[in-house]
Amino acid sequence: MLSLVTFLPLAGVLAIIIAARNNANMARMIALIVSLATFFLSLSLLTGFDSTTAAFQFLEESEWLPAYGITYRMGVDGISLPFVLLTTFLTPLCILASWESVQKMVKEYMIAFLALESFVIGVFCALDFILFYILWEAMLIPMFLLIGVWGGPNRVYAAMKFFLYTLAGSVLMLVAIIAMKYVGGTFSIPDLMNAPFGFNLQVWLFLGFFVSFAVKVPMWPFHTWLPDAHVEAPTGGSVILAGVLLKMGAYGFLRFSIPMLPDASRYFVPMIFGLSLVAIVYTALVALMQKDLKKLIAYSSVSHMGFVTIGLFSFNQQGLEGGILQMINHGIVAGGLFLLVGVIYDRMHTREIARFGGVVNVMPVYAVIFMLFTMAAVGLPGTNGFVGEFLILLGAFLANKGVAIVATTGLVLGAAYMLWLYKKVFFGLMESEEVKALKDMNRRELAIFAPLIILVLWIGFYPGPFLEIMHSSVEQLLVQSNTIKAGIASVAMY
Amino acid sequence: MGSIIAGLFGRYIGRAMSQAVTIGGMVISAVLAIVVFFEIAVGDGPVIREEIFSWIVAGDFKVHFGILIDRMTATMLIVVSGISTLIHIYSIGYMADDPHQPRFFSYLSFFTFAMLMLVTGDNFLQLFFGWEGVGLASYLLIGFWYQKESACNAAMKAFLVNRVGDFGFALGIFGIYMVFGTLDYAEVFQMAGTDQFPKTVDFIFFGAVDTITLICLLLFIGAMGKSAQFLLHTWLPDAMEGPTPVSALIHAATMVTAGVFMVCRTSPLFELSETALTVVTLVGAVTALFAATVGLVQNDIKKVIAYSTCSQLGYMFFAAGVSAYSAAIFHLMTHAFFKALLFLSAGAVIHAMHHEQDMRKMGGLRKKIPITYAVMMIGTLALTGFPYLAGFFSKDAILEAAYASQSTTGTIAWVMGMMAAVLTSFYSFRLVFMTFHGKPRDQHAYDHAHEAPWSIRGPLLVLAAGALFAGWLGSPMVHGDWFQSAIMLAPGHTAMADAHHVALWVKWLPFGAFLIGVALAWLLYIKLTTLPKILAETYLGIYKFLLNAWYFDKLYDKLFVEPAKAIGRGFWQTGDVTIIDGYGVNGIAATCGRLAQWFKGMQTGYVYHYAFAMIIGLLVLVTVYS
Repeated sequence: MLSLVTFLPLAGVLAIIIAARNNANMARMIALIVSLATFFLSLSLLTGFDSTTAAFQFLEESEWLPAYGITYRMGVDGISLPFVLLTTFLTPLCILASWESVQKMVKEYMIAFLALESFVIGVFCALDFILFYILWEAMLIPMFLLIGVWGGPNRVYAAMKFFLYTLAGSVLMLVAIIAMKYVGGTFSIPDLMNAPFGFNLQVWLFLGFFVSFAVKVPMWPFHTWLPDAHVEAPTGGSVILAGVLLKMGAYGFLRFSIPMLPDASRYFVPMIFGLSLVAIVYTALVALMQKDLKKLIAYSSVSHMGFVTIGLFSFNQQGLEGGILQMINHGIVAGGLFLLVGVIYDRMHTREIARFGGVVNVMPVYAVIFMLFTMAAVGLPGTNGFVGEFLILLGAFLANKGVAIVATTGLVLGAAYMLWLYKKVFFGLMESEEVKALKDMNRRELAIFAPLIILVLWIGFYPGPFLEIMHSSVEQLLVQSNTIKAGIASVAMY
Repeated sequence: MGSIIAGLFGRYIGRAMSQAVTIGGMVISAVLAIVVFFEIAVGDGPVIREEIFSWIVAGDFKVHFGILIDRMTATMLIVVSGISTLIHIYSIGYMADDPHQPRFFSYLSFFTFAMLMLVTGDNFLQLFFGWEGVGLASYLLIGFWYQKESACNAAMKAFLVNRVGDFGFALGIFGIYMVFGTLDYAEVFQMAGTDQFPKTVDFIFFGAVDTITLICLLLFIGAMGKSAQFLLHTWLPDAMEGPTPVSALIHAATMVTAGVFMVCRTSPLFELSETALTVVTLVGAVTALFAATVGLVQNDIKKVIAYSTCSQLGYMFFAAGVSAYSAAIFHLMTHAFFKALLFLSAGAVIHAMHHEQDMRKMGGLRKKIPITYAVMMIGTLALTGFPYLAGFFSKDAILEAAYASQSTTGTIAWVMGMMAAVLTSFYSFRLVFMTFHGKPRDQHAYDHAHEAPWSIRGPLLVLAAGALFAGWLGSPMVHGDWFQSAIMLAPGHTAMADAHHVALWVKWLPFGAFLIGVALAWLLYIKLTTLPKILAETYLGIYKFLLNAWYFDKLYDKLFVEPAKAIGRGFWQTGDVTIIDGYGVNGIAATCGRLAQWFKGMQTGYVYHYAFAMIIGLLVLVTVYS
């Protein structure tokens, strides 16, 4: 089942190669159908999922390279399932969004996109470290191509920066993985959660993982690849980058750092909190000064992910669930905002904020939708952003009041840059001829946003079902993180 | 019952609807509100409490949407839905020329929905939900005329200043959850009276502080933002950029009073902290006086009323601060009537003058628009506390309570309140005299002035009736224990009860203040009309200081806005571009490049170079290991 969900997009890649030789429309159709099929298939995971247990479900196991102890092992729990769904949900939307805006090498674009989806789902499902690592790295390739081939004018620099940044991080992760195998005797992720690591070893392993994950999140000061990558990437690439790829770093913290290295995780809480707070305030201030729409949203992503890491490392149910929910929310909201930017970019071929103004006059529907996502980004009650941010801040307040207070200033700054953006783009008089000629959104575009809007409001008013999926797994995670694995001497040191 | 009200509006939100739909909805809700009021407040029905559905559940944290209607809520429901209905009707006439009416009415209805959520909620998070909802509605309505740069800026400012308040409010909610483990009013208030929670708590670098005081002060920051109290007041005058019905509904009668409502609602917490009450009293008193001084010199007719609102909210807060919550709610109610009346009649004047708001261009209008003049006069008299009109009962009750509280802060508040009362009466009559009396200053506009249509006059007359009788009808509120369980008083906090037994001179002093104010205004603006100009020129410094509202906007600009921008630019250009990218990322790349060049240089291909290197290496090794 899981393998089917994971590799269906790859099958789609094959289908495109075979069927759509030079036919761009065919390639689009196949990609859309395959990604939709994947989405519905993944929904069936949800119906079969038992949210009362924290154990991994839909397990699949088969020998792969027995000589090295490498197994093909897949499974999901309440933490990874939401991310799988998020990925399968966003991909069809991205493909729809690229329907008209991508005109060169359509076939290759769709292939890269489906391959990317496949690898990303695989990353969230993998329960073997080597499998995980291979998929983690494999995912870089299609993303690198998406930015480097279909990107903006400065795409090559951005793609290189993205690739090298993340690769540099992953190298250290590989070292940590090998060290874990050496000590723990297995590559199996569930088994390693119970492996006893000494405190010093935990610290080193944590640092090894940390760089890799921190680049992906991205945490300050490893964030500078993100604005460049976003600005240059095509709309679909930006959405998937913000919506899913950024979540992999935080997912890594959840899956590996916290349960496997609980002592080190607690030891490094001050550092994580510190970096996250810097991220929240620093990048919010930077966002305030941006002149490019996408750059502004990219910086706001860094700021929002700062909230997420604070939530995860507050080590209580509210913070953790808020953190996971906020990742989903951010996938929806930042994804939505990038799609919205794409809509106007397709029309005006510029993202420079100063060239807009008075857009509400010609695109009222667009303005309303943009307002909704702005409010969700600002965390207004009734939208999904509020539930996530509120739980995170509540968790942070229980863990450390000072941190919560500084983080809460992010709410004020966040409102400041988003409202400033909104005012500059939508309000005021229409001055340029380009703006006057704009047309409101067409049906295809509305179809993209409808599901996103439903989710924004649904999670805002009734987040129960979403939180329910993760309850048991988060409880289990808390138990794991509270077990002190290291010996007495090292605990004293901590 | 309330769920019907809430549900009713839920259905209308977001639809492009005709006026009929919104007004129909409003009338139904107003009728329901009256029914509820009679059931609970007059018929002595029980308090309604209902849980509708659970909202957020995470671990021990559980919050639901629910409804709580006691006498305080019932009073608020009447005020909110009643005035909102009148203003919907008024808007038909006032907004007749506007092409975006459906948008306007849907915003107004959305606002009313959020406000009803705010007052009927039975837990803190729902209060916060409504709180932010009205904030959004206010943002949208202030910026309704989005073509105007100033309107957009005012809208943003309102939202951001409120966010600063929400910052405190949110932290207060976290604190409540941390201490009490729940956000439900009933459970929190019940526990607050016991010893089942930690009395002190470590708060960052303040060390151990009193739990209740901390929570109350954090909540109060939220109230200050929403109710435009001193230091967080700067958004309210700018909010007058919105259409006048909006100013009347949101920025006078309902939304800005949410802060007062919150403090009264949480009286079981505030009562436990003398410090918090003192702060509330002082902030309220300072606002009352400060805003009144600024109101003295404004020339924009709406700004005068806006500062007056600010000042009256100050009264309500210091009433709450001296434990006279019932007087605060009473004044909230009467104020809603007469201030909405003032704003709407100002709107009628503006309408008559073809969207002219500068009082210096008005004058002598009483002959042209007599009905508007009459209702404006009633509103003014009600505000300034003319005997037996609305303000006479409620404002005097507040001043008497402050006097009777016998505490130092209470006395300070009483003195400041008295001074503010003189000023109130002065600026209110200055407004009336400048607008309606004397000679027309702009003959052209005067000639074209005309009385407003019936959709505007009707609501004015209803509100005028409210301003005349609301005080008399509502006066039982401040007698005895009218609010029952809605308000809790700590033993010894008897200011409200004692207020009825103060000396006669205390009771009549506010009337004296009224007379002084009227006399001064009459002297300056009817008798010696050249005097104000001479005064302004003689005391230019003071005049400018007041005209610019004590320069708070400039101060905040210099203190917060500009530094934030500068720091943002600095972080971006220096932090990201120069340091992290320059030295870090691209620096490493460049270093790798240089190293590669260097290594490349070494691959010379000449055997003797390699041989030489090998000999050197060998020598080094031998030296090290020998």
